[in-house]
Amino acid sequence: MLIAIISLTVLGSTLGLLLGYAARRLAVEGNPLVAEIQAILPGSQCGQCGFPGCAGAAQALADGTAPVTLCPPGGRALVQALAAKLGVEADLSGVQDSVPMVAEVKEEICIGCTRCFKICPTDAILGAAQQIHSVFREACTACGKCEEVCPTESVKLQPIPVTLQSWHWKKPQEAV
Amino acid sequence: MLGLKLFKLRGGVHPEGRKQLAAEHGIRSLPLPAELFIPLQQHIGAPATPVVKVGERVLKGQLLAAAQGAVSAPVHAPTSGTITALGDHVAPHPSGLPVPTITLTSDGAEQWLEAAGCATPLELAAEEIAAQVAAAGIVGLGGATFPAALKLNLSRNSGVQTLILNGGECEPYLTCDDRIMRERAPQIVEGIQLIARAVAADEVLVGIEDNKPQAIAAMQAAAQGSSVQVVVMPSMYPMGSEKQIIQVLTGKEIPAGGRPADIGVLVHNVATAYAVQQAIRYGRPLISRIVTVSGGAIKTACNVEALVGTPVQALIDFADGYAQPTARLVLGGPMMGQQFTHTGVPVVKGTSGVLALTASEIGQAEPSPCIRCTTCVRACPVGLLPLEMAAHIRASDLTGAVALGLKDCIACGSCSYVCPAHIPLVHYFNYAKGDLAAQERAKLKLEATKKLAEDRTARIARIERERAEAAARRKAAREAKERAAKAAAESEGAA
Repeated sequence: MLIAIISLTVLGSTLGLLLGYAARRLAVEGNPLVAEIQAILPGSQCGQCGFPGCAGAAQALADGTAPVTLCPPGGRALVQALAAKLGVEADLSGVQDSVPMVAEVKEEICIGCTRCFKICPTDAILGAAQQIHSVFREACTACGKCEEVCPTESVKLQPIPVTLQSWHWKKPQEAV
Repeated sequence: MLGLKLFKLRGGVHPEGRKQLAAEHGIRSLPLPAELFIPLQQHIGAPATPVVKVGERVLKGQLLAAAQGAVSAPVHAPTSGTITALGDHVAPHPSGLPVPTITLTSDGAEQWLEAAGCATPLELAAEEIAAQVAAAGIVGLGGATFPAALKLNLSRNSGVQTLILNGGECEPYLTCDDRIMRERAPQIVEGIQLIARAVAADEVLVGIEDNKPQAIAAMQAAAQGSSVQVVVMPSMYPMGSEKQIIQVLTGKEIPAGGRPADIGVLVHNVATAYAVQQAIRYGRPLISRIVTVSGGAIKTACNVEALVGTPVQALIDFADGYAQPTARLVLGGPMMGQQFTHTGVPVVKGTSGVLALTASEIGQAEPSPCIRCTTCVRACPVGLLPLEMAAHIRASDLTGAVALGLKDCIACGSCSYVCPAHIPLVHYFNYAKGDLAAQERAKLKLEATKKLAEDRTARIARIERERAEAAARRKAAREAKERAAKAAAESEGAA
């Protein structure tokens, strides 16, 4: 009787302590998937997905409440990366239609107000007060924030011009 | 010499050669065109940067645009004259997109820039040869247009045992390499010796297909008494492809994604060897090349030495124009060449042929469904499964196609050539490779912009922190001042 009580007490307290230690030592803070998804997202916090920033979008993706096609600046490559990460089928039908865009300043009507260059999340616009602004195409994610703040509609998103480096053959017409 | 054992090539096809159209026409010089359009990018890598201004007079052989970056090649003036424009001109490319181009109006004087040259080129140091090849803007003239000097340097650093000179010219219609070997064999052999010296190769092989007996005889005569061995190979397409010629001559296979230097081999085209000899012995940069003008729609097929920048129309006119309606214009060979529509496109360093093909020659037919006959599998010289890869690509599963070895495809077109269902197999592969490259670029851009966004967030946080600190310092200073003033007032009051 006594032996049984002692052994069960010892067993219970040892395992309890072990579990308590493990809970502290191996604690997971938040969902690690959220951080991993956030690492894939562009991080420009443009808000085009409808979430306040990339962190919010990552949370929604991890919860499964947002589709993997939510990020316009990410394009098809991002959709595929997210689909692979989350193990879901990517529906590329809606994404393929959107052409990659880039912001462009119409120099004739730029008044040099510096609003776009201050708001650009990737520092893709170069400018100064009373000077014509210009866009670095390589750094522009086409988030469209500049388009919203421009008082003269001088900044507009345009499809990226095709060059010899980016041109490639189209998919052949399917056989019957 | 003849005892060299040849290895078997897997796959391959035997397209009708049709080389007799132009083969017996010796190389003739083209009349000097009034205007030359010289694109800044005629090679793989970064475009060259112009070093001349509009209105400047230049001499033949003068540098027009300098190499920029690690993989690039300079561009030189093909004749003397005046620079009349720096702007866009239609590219010798199926897209027909405009590319940055220098327009040179010739003055007819053909006045050369004073060139140093070298009377004893075979005594030059290896580094010196590579440097002069780089300065002369020489690129691979077989069609790939990779800067030749880079290949020399890479190969010297990695240690090359075998130097292979590619005289295969397996593409139908083309005879430019055949003619240059027949007519300029001694110069080619000297060029080969220079390349061999630049990379310290032990063994030098010149592979020529057996459908060019005169070229073989000329090269054997020129190579007499030197270490250069002329090897006769069976005629087959794609014998002139780098990987395939290595396999046939050495029995070695380049590992997937590797380079010939990985297995101790360097391959250059015979025309490149000629350009190297001209550059080093006479100090002449690469400003012209031999071009075959042929095809069923051309009246008089011929081989011409054309200046870089000559509009293709001038070559067609020189061949007496068209004899029949043209269904397709092609730059290069019919198997791997690029089709084009605008005859104002210039001849560039990589243009081996200008073909005007009739409808019966291109034999275009409506594709029908795949019957899984695997003829394409037997034809593929790389050992891939073209039908399976195309099925994956058709279903937009590019990853699946890559898993089947899409990246090892050399786009030789043998599969499309043999397909009884006329499925444009190689078109699928070219599309998939282009799309994968675009995705790769998008991924790199995403990474770069992400870093920019992070940097910006960090910068804004730092500025705000510094502002808050400065405000706190000012506040502290103000309070200290007020306290001091108060204390002074109190002590005054006490006094």
